[in-house]
Amino acid sequence: MSDAKTTAAAGDGDALGGVVHPDSAVSPPASGGDELTPGPDGEPKGLVAETSEGSQQLFRRSDTDPDQLRREVGAVLRLPEGVAVDPSDIDIEQSDDETMIINMGPQHPSTHGVLRLMFELDGETVLRTKPVIGYLHTGMEKTAEELTYVQGSTNVTRMDYLSPLHNELVLSLAVEALLGIEMPPRSDWIRMLMTELNRVSSHLMWMATNGMDIGSTSMMIYGFREREMILAFFEKTTGLRMNHNFIRPGGTAADLPDGWEDDVTIICDTVLPRADEYDELLTGQPVFRQRSEGIGTLSAEEALALSLTGPILRSTGVPWDLRRSMPYLRYDEVDFDVIVGTYGDNFDRYSIRLNEIRESVKIIRQCVEKMPAGDYRVQDKKVTPPPRGRIDESMEALIHHFKVFTEGFKVPEGEVYVAIESPRGELGCYLVADGSPKPYRMHIRGPSFVNLQGVPLMMRGGLLADAVAVCSSIDPVMGEVDR
Amino acid sequence: MTIHDRAGETDQTLAVSESGGGSSRAPGRPTQEVVFPTGEQYFDLVAGYRDSGFEMCADVCGVDYLAHPGRRLPEGVTPERFEVVANLLSLSQARRVRVRLQVPEANAVAPSLFDLYPGVEAMEREAYDLFGIVFTGHPDMTRILMPEDWEGHPLRKDYGVGRVPVQFKGSPGPR
Repeated sequence: MSDAKTTAAAGDGDALGGVVHPDSAVSPPASGGDELTPGPDGEPKGLVAETSEGSQQLFRRSDTDPDQLRREVGAVLRLPEGVAVDPSDIDIEQSDDETMIINMGPQHPSTHGVLRLMFELDGETVLRTKPVIGYLHTGMEKTAEELTYVQGSTNVTRMDYLSPLHNELVLSLAVEALLGIEMPPRSDWIRMLMTELNRVSSHLMWMATNGMDIGSTSMMIYGFREREMILAFFEKTTGLRMNHNFIRPGGTAADLPDGWEDDVTIICDTVLPRADEYDELLTGQPVFRQRSEGIGTLSAEEALALSLTGPILRSTGVPWDLRRSMPYLRYDEVDFDVIVGTYGDNFDRYSIRLNEIRESVKIIRQCVEKMPAGDYRVQDKKVTPPPRGRIDESMEALIHHFKVFTEGFKVPEGEVYVAIESPRGELGCYLVADGSPKPYRMHIRGPSFVNLQGVPLMMRGGLLADAVAVCSSIDPVMGEVDR
Repeated sequence: MTIHDRAGETDQTLAVSESGGGSSRAPGRPTQEVVFPTGEQYFDLVAGYRDSGFEMCADVCGVDYLAHPGRRLPEGVTPERFEVVANLLSLSQARRVRVRLQVPEANAVAPSLFDLYPGVEAMEREAYDLFGIVFTGHPDMTRILMPEDWEGHPLRKDYGVGRVPVQFKGSPGPR
């Protein structure tokens, strides 16, 4: 059967799209360091003239040199050979006729965006996987250098579009660390409340799409239903359902609306019993369990070596949550549990996210309880524009307001790395300031981007049908992967 | 000689291991520990950190200092055009170290940390893609975000932003 497939593939590889023909225009990546050593003019040889040093694609075994193949078989994430796999286990000579290379995506509904996966299959078993990304790259880090710090949060909020407030928070924390300003307590608590609500909505969205990916379509509708409540509250507070630009350097854009306590309490009171319903719907369901237990397993060592963070790392039993381990905002003043798994499989990741919804609700209730009175933004005239009322009275205030929004404020020279726990893992921001009102360099460490490196390892040896489930359990948001 | 930056960055206290790291931590204000190795020391230094409990390399990124030559660096560090910034994370000690390696423009090559932390694979490819810094020892130094036939490295400061001319309706247009 595989014979016939491969023959067909060799015949009209282009028509099939995903099958790589050995004679196709793309050549396998050149190996060896020769091309990479710099020429006399300093520019590494061949870098300018021909930037296509290699392709991200997966090639047939006969076109891949043994070293590369070992790395790819040992998990394309390429652990050093010793760690990943015993090289003698690999059948380098395995005939091309027995395996086939197939392409999934980028336009595939289960890739949660535009992720392209290339598989080498032996029958239904996945031997090698290679994620190919970059289809959504819009140069947001370059854009950030053209925008002022005030405008910056409109840009970053579009990266991880399922948890926009976390993106805004990490940028704001970085800018505030460089400015060296002390934030009023109320703004910290508002930020905590909003980001935790955002975590709930993001995890609900994940439960919904994960349910859909493995055939539980009712879960999809339920997840969206509850998420909508939270988005409605966001709309009431920030004016937008997504891409809020609400958390800004120096505080938040506005105070919470009147009656917010009731709204938030209703959300908590609804989400909690509904989470129990999902628990009943999915956890006890034999089909769901069979499709997630023992699928996409990962050990703690592998997860650490691959820099995986968030629920994926915690599913392997490592109790690492930045909210607990390196607290920011006021997370050291609230009581919550860090949820940890045991086996590092899809089911653990599902349980962690489900229980994190409950823990977030716990934090949200504490935020409602402990919300202090006071300013929602820092009263530093350099950073914060004057309130609307003052603009009508004073010419100076009008000028000041205009200047903050057109020129922005200057941030002292320096660099800082700030990381927070987004629903997907460690969301970091490395910010370099040169004393001007625009960041000199803004780098976002997207958790999805790094977590995708786990795909080849998690899928190795599994079935093609499980590939969708594995991909879903990583919870990649392609806007953040490609930035 | 590796140089620990003890000078405060803005008003942050730098926790340096020898002093016991007893700095006060304000919420949202992380302590920053920065190390400046030379090209030869870089790999061994990171290897030393890994052996002393830094289990994870959280982030690797590049910075192009072309348009900002007079940046503040500790004594004894020669500023170069590029910097490779690696953020190491110790889970057991809840501590971060930032390693900043100076990479000259004439020879934009840095050792890859892949053999120590396989997780830097995608990050180093990103730095190569966007800055043209080549990491020796990396198994697959190819573009990751940009198309494979793209020319140039977009995050370099001498790479233009690019603009699409907008024709507004009813505007007089070029004469």
